[in-house]
Order: sequence, then C-alpha cells, then structure tokens
Amino acid sequence: MTTRETASLQISVDRRGFLKLLGGGLLVCLSPSSALAQESGRGFRGHELPNDVSAWIHIGADGRVKVFTGKVEVGQNIRTSLAQAVAEELRVPFESITMVMGDTDLVPWDMGTFGSRTTPTMSPQLRNMAVAARELLVEAAAKRWNIDPSKLTASAGKITTPDGQKFITYGNLTRGEDLVKSAPGDPPLTPATEWKIAGTPVPKANGHDFVTGKHQFPSDIVRPGMAFGAVLRPEGYNAKLDSIETTAAEKLPGVKVIRDGDFTGVVAEDAFTAHQAVEAIKAKWTMPSQPSNQGLFDYLKANPDGESKPDHQSGSVADAYSSGDVKLESRYTTEYIAHTPLEPRAAVAEWNDGKLTVWTGTQRPFGVHEELMQTFKLSPKQVRVIQPDMGSGYGGKHTGEAAIEAARLARAAGKPVKVVWTREEEFTCAYFRPAGLVEIKSAARKDGTLVSWEFHNYNSGPAGIETPYETPNQLIQFHPSKSPLRQGSYRGLAATFNHFARESQIDEMAHALHMDPVAFRLKNISNPRLRAVVRAAAEKFEWDSAKSSPERGFGLSCGTDKGGFVATCAEIAVNPSTKNVKVQRAVQAWECGAIVNPDGLRNQVQGALVQGIGGALFERILFSNGRIENPHLSKYRVPRFSDTPQIDIILLDRKDLPSAGAGETGIVGIAPAIGNAIFAATGTRLRHMPLTPEDNVVKS
Amino acid sequence: MSKFLLHINGQDHSVQAPDEESLLSVLRNRLALTGTKYGCGEGQCGACTVLMDGAATRSCQIPAAAAAGAKITTIEGLERQGRLTPVQDAFLEEGAYQCGYCTSGMIMSASALLHDNHSPTDEQIVTAMNGNVCRCGTYPRILAAIKRAASLSAGGTR
Ligand code: FES
Ligand code: FES
Repeated sequence: MTTRETASLQISVDRRGFLKLLGGGLLVCLSPSSALAQESGRGFRGHELPNDVSAWIHIGADGRVKVFTGKVEVGQNIRTSLAQAVAEELRVPFESITMVMGDTDLVPWDMGTFGSRTTPTMSPQLRNMAVAARELLVEAAAKRWNIDPSKLTASAGKITTPDGQKFITYGNLTRGEDLVKSAPGDPPLTPATEWKIAGTPVPKANGHDFVTGKHQFPSDIVRPGMAFGAVLRPEGYNAKLDSIETTAAEKLPGVKVIRDGDFTGVVAEDAFTAHQAVEAIKAKWTMPSQPSNQGLFDYLKANPDGESKPDHQSGSVADAYSSGDVKLESRYTTEYIAHTPLEPRAAVAEWNDGKLTVWTGTQRPFGVHEELMQTFKLSPKQVRVIQPDMGSGYGGKHTGEAAIEAARLARAAGKPVKVVWTREEEFTCAYFRPAGLVEIKSAARKDGTLVSWEFHNYNSGPAGIETPYETPNQLIQFHPSKSPLRQGSYRGLAATFNHFARESQIDEMAHALHMDPVAFRLKNISNPRLRAVVRAAAEKFEWDSAKSSPERGFGLSCGTDKGGFVATCAEIAVNPSTKNVKVQRAVQAWECGAIVNPDGLRNQVQGALVQGIGGALFERILFSNGRIENPHLSKYRVPRFSDTPQIDIILLDRKDLPSAGAGETGIVGIAPAIGNAIFAATGTRLRHMPLTPEDNVVKS
Repeated sequence: MSKFLLHINGQDHSVQAPDEESLLSVLRNRLALTGTKYGCGEGQCGACTVLMDGAATRSCQIPAAAAAGAKITTIEGLERQGRLTPVQDAFLEEGAYQCGYCTSGMIMSASALLHDNHSPTDEQIVTAMNGNVCRCGTYPRILAAIKRAASLSAGGTR
C-alpha cells in the first residue's frame, strides 16, 4: 500500500454499518481532508450522514458498482455522465454502474443540483474515489499473487497479470470482505486524452424506461391506499383571507377539508373530486393595491432592496466616457418569465410511525428535507425525501411547497396523499425569473478600442454581469430591488439578460463605429477561449458572406459564465407584410473544457438555445395588481417545433482543461444574436425582452 | 357519476367516474396508467396524447365516458413482446429527450402521424407535432427521430 493510502484510508464503524446494509464488499468514501475523515463517530442514516463525505462508491461481490450522490437528474444527463466518469477511473464497463441519487436516507448530504456545479465539483470527487477504489483493488490482487502492484493492469472490472495469464474480477476480490475506506485528496486522474468511456456519446442511462412510459416521475408515484390532495390558493399576491365557507366542499363524497392557519386544503379518494372540492370552497380575499407590468421598470429602479456595492470598478468611467469618440447610452429591460417545466411540482407524502417519507420533484432534496423538518418539527431521521428523475426544473424547483402540502394533508388524512400542481398553480404559486432593468453608458475610440463601460443592473441579478471585453475604465453594479412578484433561480440566472444588454450594446457600438461586429469583438476580447468560440461560430455561419437585407438579418453574440464559453449566430427572416420575425438558422459554438459526453453536451447546448428563443421572442408574465393574468399555456407562449430554427452546434473539446458544467450558459447567446439580426435587417434596435411579444417587430 | 368500460391497450377496464372527469385523469389517477402525462390540462402541450381508434387525441380534453367504445392505445401499449415500435427505437437511437417528460406524448403523436403518412416532409412533421411541447427544447432531435422512424418502417425492418 502506498504511503498516501496508508496515511489517508480510515475505517469507520458507522460506515461499516452502512456497508452491512449493502451486503458487504468495498465501500469507498472521499473526505476533503484526512483530519475530517477520522472524526466519523456520527450515525449514518438520514440527516446524520456526515457532511465531510460528499459521495460514496460501493463495489459488491457481483461486481456491480453503486454510486451514491445527493445530486439529482432533471434532464441534464448527469445520471449518465457521472457514471461515465466513475466507469472511466474505476476501469469497469459503463453498464456495471448504478447511480443512487437524491434519496436523503441513502446518499450523503448535498446542497443541491444547480449553478452548473455537478460536472466541475461532483464529478472530480467521484473520480477521486474511483481511483482510490481501483488502487485498493490492485493492491489486494497484488497481495494475493505476491506481485508488484505496478505490474498489474485493471480494466473492464478485472485485474490481470502482466503476462495476461491470470485475472481476478473486482467482485471476486471484494467477496466476503467488509472493507470501508475513506480516501482524501487528489490522486492522479486519467487525462482526458486517454479517456475511453468518459468523452464518448454513451446514451441516456435508462432511455428505455422513457420511451415505454415505465419511468415513474414524481407525479407518477402511486402508494397503497393513496388519496389525492388539492390546496386552496389565494386570489393573488399578498391576498388576505377575509372569510371562508367550506360546507359545500365537505358535502362532496369522501372529501375532508383540512385547515391549519392560513392553509386550507382538501383530501379526496380521487384527484377529480379533490379539485372539485377546492372549487366549491367559497373564500373572500382582500388584495392591497400593487404594481403591474405598467411602470414596472421605474418601480424596480425606485425601490432598492438594501445597499449595493460595485461588482467591478476600475479607472474612471466619468472621465473616459466624456473623452470617448463614440458614445452610447441605453436602457434595456426584461419581463418576468416562468420556468414552465412540463411536469409541474408534485409530491406524494406518507407517514409511518412518525416517519415522513416524501417523493417529490426538486433540485434540492436536502433543502426540502430541511423544510419538512422545520414545518413538522421532526428530527433529521424522521424525514426521508426521495427524488425520482423528474420532468425538469430549469432552476424552478428549488423549494418544497408541494412536499409540505402533501405531508400536511397526509398527516391529517392518516394516509398517503398525492399533490400535483395544476399548470395554473405553476404559474401563480411558484417563482419567476426576475424582471430587470439595465442601463449602460459605453464609449470607444475611433479605432474601435473600448475605453469606458458603465453597467447598472436593477433587480435582474449579478450572474454574468462582468464584461469579457478589455476596457480600462469600468463600473459594473447590481442593484437589488423589492420585487412585486416572487422571484428566484432560473437556468443561467441573470446571465441571459446581462448578455442581452451587453451584447446588444456592443453590437450597436460596432455599427456606430462602422466596424464589422465580429472584428469589433475580436479587437476588444483577449480571452483565447472566447475568441475561439467567436471564430468557430462565425466560420461555420459564413459570417463574412452574410449580408443583411430588410427581409433577412444576421446577428452574432458571445459571452462566458460558469466556465462555459459561447458564441451564437442567428439568421432571421422578417415577413415583409406582417413584419413577423422568424429565426431561420442558428449556429452556436460552445466550449467548457474536456467533454465528458459529446452527445449529452450537444443536447444540452441545443436545448438551451431553443429554450432561450422563448425568453428572447415572446415569453413574459403579465400581471396586474397582484394577479397573474396569463397563467395558461394558451396565453403564455413557449417555443414549439415551428419556432425552432435549423441549428448547428459546434463543440470545441479542450482535453487539456477541466470540464465545466453545461446546463445553463448555452441559453445566453440567442436573445442578443436575434436582436442584433433584427437590427441588421430593419435598423430597429429592440431593447426589451421579449423582443417581439406581439409577433411583429415594427408596430403597424 | 357513470359506469363504463374503457378498452385500453387490448384490455377492458371497468371504470366508475364523474361524467366530466377527463380520460387523462382516469388513466393516471384511477387506472395507474401513469405513462400518459399531465402538462397543462388545456389541450396546449400534447403531453397527454393517446391514440383513440388510431387518431392522436389529447386525453385531457375528452371526458373518459366519451371514450367508452373506442380502442385506446397509451404509451404502455406500444411495446409488444419486448419489441419496441420503430418510433420508440428511433427516439432511443436519436436520444430525442432530456428529462423525458414530453416523450410519451411525442411518441404517441408521432405514431399517429406516421400511421397516416409514411414519409412526411419536415414541414408536415412540424405541422403535425406543433401541439406537442418539449420544454427542454429537444425538437431538432425529435424531428430527426420521426424521420428515422419513417425510414426504419420503410426499410421493412419491422
Ligand atoms: S395535458 Fe393535455 S394537452 Fe397538455
Ligand atoms: S425532454 Fe423535457 S420536456 Fe421534452
């Protein structure tokens, strides 16, 4: 055994208990430091999972590998890509791996699945563990055969002697063993240039279950004796309940009305009756007068939420701006938009001997675990949250509303209860991507050198706010505001709007300087990774020969956030009579380090672009005085087949760089690329997202 | 409340449900056929698509009682003796999903389309499928999968 291993591998009694549950074998945990690894006296079940351990890998006597992680699969394909990373380092076939994810009784604590963090943080940790496990197995085989371990090779789940004469499978090595090892640190990982399983387009792990309808999403879970719940919703934001009359509801067959403070819900034997019962409840509400779309942006600017400091400041923007040759001052705005995951929030809750188990769709199973503990005053061990792979979230499922509702109703009804939000509830009771306002003052010299960049974002958020353009004088600041609507996380966060504002402004600067928008960008960008995607996109798009006309426009944008680099080109057609805009073609170049799964990555980057078309062109929440006015898909337009252009995705594989996440930043490029293409065609600069909510560019 | 028989995936199911309850609600909540999905309840997303006598139908939009007597096929009824249909195979081969929540409805709509039109053009596919939403934005792959399914069927592989 190497010194590193001897020093670092620690045995824990509790982990041994966990291993027993798994039927013996080898269990490897990773600890950030060996000091932490030594203090392992805590219990292993439920919430008492030690926070020093982020994941573990188990190898059973049958050679099956189980990987336990608190990350969840929401359509971003990590069930597959994480398994590829483990298979690669452990040297086992991809098929031998099972990912156990998002079950708070089985997996180590995890903050949640968001912010494109899984690939850059969880994946290296799993790879570390896999290497540690492989080294242990090689050591064990070497001992058995009395051979120098460095002479042995591990591949396809077995260890082979140098002459190829003898081999032993991992399963045979771990059979009858009870090995718990905890490994810290940074063992040498397999470089991406040598990957055989990682880096390849392995198909989605359980695809068959999705094409046959067998996969059970959270809203599909059925429990024995399960009833159905529904919840009375307030008339709007900040509504106060004046009076309530529930007799009619209670008269419906099998209906139980449950009131608990401000909460009113019903349980019935079937979902239809549950919803009927809620409709039969007569409630009177008082609504205070509140802001509307009208005047929203002035409201956001006039209502700061606390103090803010510049996110970035250098030189003096005041002096540099006044001395610039070409100056522009503009204001950009964006509306609230809804995640609209196709599967709405859903939960099934079940109480057994004081223990609450909830199946729910969430990006943060341990966050929901915490919410349930607090709401029902339970100990960590008394709550289990299970997250089946869900109908996506896009940042919209961080909270546990449906879980709490189902748990409340199940407790009162004394049986398992399912709550599935209606589409209308998704629109009215969840949270939105923040609306926002950006004000920019920028200046450049005649030769196209940017000299001054002042950028203020109100309410939308600070993600992707910093400029990748070399500019000596900068003032960049996010100003939080009091939001009239509930707002929160969303794929890419504010990076989408910040890129829209910045890239529209940059485009306008290029036009004002009579420079080609690509040339102007390359003149002011020094980051080689960003330059590379701009060049790749422009080349594929044949930018140099793309000449806009009143009916056809070509636009480009670029940017970077969360370790991803993106450049997007769009071609739009303007209908000469209706002035409707249709995106005809898009090219998007993407780079996020070494590619773990090119097929999954392409899917993500393309899907983000398609989703981005909605926010770019037509998605917006209409609200007035605390009421959402378009809480239906018939009134809230999302991208469809007919909105989808011909798309080329170019992936740049940087095997020399660590892999970054790719679930989010692919969404930022399309809105400004379309806006810039519309300008190129029509000479109209649209500074509001969505760009064409009424379908046409020029109001007729 | 009425009592009726639903003929689903070759089997008869006796159902008792209120007259206004949708076929979707009965499939999902009374018969535990959860492969058919709820996405909007207003005929706008296609997640709930089933075949009724071969025609793609939004099961959220028709009362279950009105479906009595029809031959209903849901996503669970496509696989026969472990063999997937060309459309299912093509979705797998193209990886035409991310979260997979729209997949059932997409496959049912596509199956109806290919039944009526063995080699649809891109434009015909877009028209036929435009009522099906994929919020993950996998439309280009679904389009490719439908074309692949068309050629799988045409090639006589099934
Ligand atoms: S649920 Fe039927 S069309 Fe959306
Ligand atoms: S794959 Fe997620 S909605 Fe289509």
